[in-house]
Amino acid sequence: MERRAFYRNPVLPWLLIGPQLLLVLVFFYWPTSQALYWAFTLEQPWGGGNSWVWLDNFIAIFRDREYWATVARSAFYAICTTGLSMAVALFLACFVDRSLKGTKLFQSVYVWPYAIAAPAAGVAFRFIFAPQSGIIGSINQIWPGIWDPSTNGVHALAMVIICHAWLGIGYNFIFFLAALQMIPRSITEAGAMDGARPVRRMFDLQLPLIAPTVFFLLIMNLISSFTDSFGLIDTMTEGGPVGSTEVMVYKIYFDGFKGLDYSGAAAQSIVLMFLVIALTFVQFKWVEKRVHYN
Amino acid sequence: MIERSPVFNIFTYAAMTLGLLVVLVPFWIVIVAGSQSLQEVSRVPIVLWPSSHLWENIQAAWARADLGPKMINSLIVASGVTFGKIVLASISAFAIVFFDFRARMVCFWMIFITLMLPLEVRIVPTYAIAANALLPFQVVLDTLGITGLVQTLSSVRIGLEWNLLNSYTGLILPLVATATGTFLYRQFFMTIPDELIEASKMDGASPVRFFFDVLLPLSRTNMLALATIMFVSSWNQYLWPLLITTDRTNYGTVVMQLKALIPTQNGTPDWNVTMAGALIIMLPPLLIVALMQRWFVRGLITRDK
Repeated sequence: MERRAFYRNPVLPWLLIGPQLLLVLVFFYWPTSQALYWAFTLEQPWGGGNSWVWLDNFIAIFRDREYWATVARSAFYAICTTGLSMAVALFLACFVDRSLKGTKLFQSVYVWPYAIAAPAAGVAFRFIFAPQSGIIGSINQIWPGIWDPSTNGVHALAMVIICHAWLGIGYNFIFFLAALQMIPRSITEAGAMDGARPVRRMFDLQLPLIAPTVFFLLIMNLISSFTDSFGLIDTMTEGGPVGSTEVMVYKIYFDGFKGLDYSGAAAQSIVLMFLVIALTFVQFKWVEKRVHYN
Repeated sequence: MIERSPVFNIFTYAAMTLGLLVVLVPFWIVIVAGSQSLQEVSRVPIVLWPSSHLWENIQAAWARADLGPKMINSLIVASGVTFGKIVLASISAFAIVFFDFRARMVCFWMIFITLMLPLEVRIVPTYAIAANALLPFQVVLDTLGITGLVQTLSSVRIGLEWNLLNSYTGLILPLVATATGTFLYRQFFMTIPDELIEASKMDGASPVRFFFDVLLPLSRTNMLALATIMFVSSWNQYLWPLLITTDRTNYGTVVMQLKALIPTQNGTPDWNVTMAGALIIMLPPLLIVALMQRWFVRGLITRDK
């Protein structure tokens, strides 16, 4: 951000940036530092403030088998939704990129899932996958009990994953299409002249060229699957049956607000924060490398 | 494109139609089920064609989830976040990009680090702050000894308190306090050539004048993009409104009401009402995205990259 022409003013920039800084301090830095404080302290049951317990809260959650199960489940959830959503979006973007007649129409519809609130999609998919009602229910009539997300944890998790992946299609599609359209036509044409068929070009030309976008989306999707799943899970399964769809964000909410275990929830928040920061860091490193190559 | 063979074209259309089905089927089922009567929606297998009861179902859902006032709340929150974000983002990005002041880079990083952690991961402590938004200042005053000093001097104890629970401010402010918009504006302001500032300086325009007469008109597309993104994301908020409003009747938003529309385990499975409700709740952001597509797509790509 090198600029030769600048304004200089002792007061004005502070007035301009002040409100934003204030909001960020109150609603970001303070809560984050509070979370750290709570994670290392424990509230006394008889009152009298928090006592410093060092890493006890972390040790407690790390010793908890159930917590590890939640972490593993969240990771599985994140990988599945990310893979599924990106695969569908890339598939669609590749065909839209051929820009045949009428493609614009398809293109604008593919963006729609971006606009849908997760809980609204959750409610809709809950009906679609409801074992007794109209759509999946007809399969259950032929083979009774083949599908029941209300008692079968695997089914419930699959249902939530499909819905989350569906919600991500629009966002991923926008980025994939933009990246594909940035590839110079001449490169594709040169490839075709050398006799590369579309599938070959896809794997040897287009995919390597859009690799930065693929990587960016990979990180964004992973982060969003770790953090945005609450609305879906709360409307679709409430973490059940028997905790089989309880992911990290849901457990934080549940332990913190239902169980009133702020220290435990704060420690869990810190773990999740580190996870998200680590993912973002990987992303930044990659961007740096890409800039370097350019 | 290169391969113009009819077979490959047909294959392309087939694949795109398949994609269309994947995206549209959930919408279609919502519309179909939302327009059927209780008998029709309970039929197995369901008839995948709309019936004539859409209006009744919408009315039923509207009454059951008390959607009238909730719609207004959602609208207030979404417009509040959108407006607040645009104003704050544009002025703070203006300061960061066009002013030379000492703490510029520090401010820049302080704001941009917030992009890293979404609200969901720090939900517990953010909730605590909402009970008293002035708590940080109280702590600062206490640790600096100002509270004690004032108390001994004037026997008035400073007790700063500003409760955000059950208020529009509480619903809006934490959502405004992220860097998304600032980043978008910064990216745009960086593309403004230096010559433009020099020219306006030479004409004797003050920074404020430059901002209003040059930058704002130039960033109109940018603003539309940000407005769309912010409106959609704040309308669709679920976890935060759920926490901060204990008084659901007065401060609940529509998206929170979705859960109230789901048929209970042993109640009537009137999914038709649920779907009609879901339809009207998802409609406003969908319309905005569909109408503003051109601008918001561009904005999304510059914001996140």
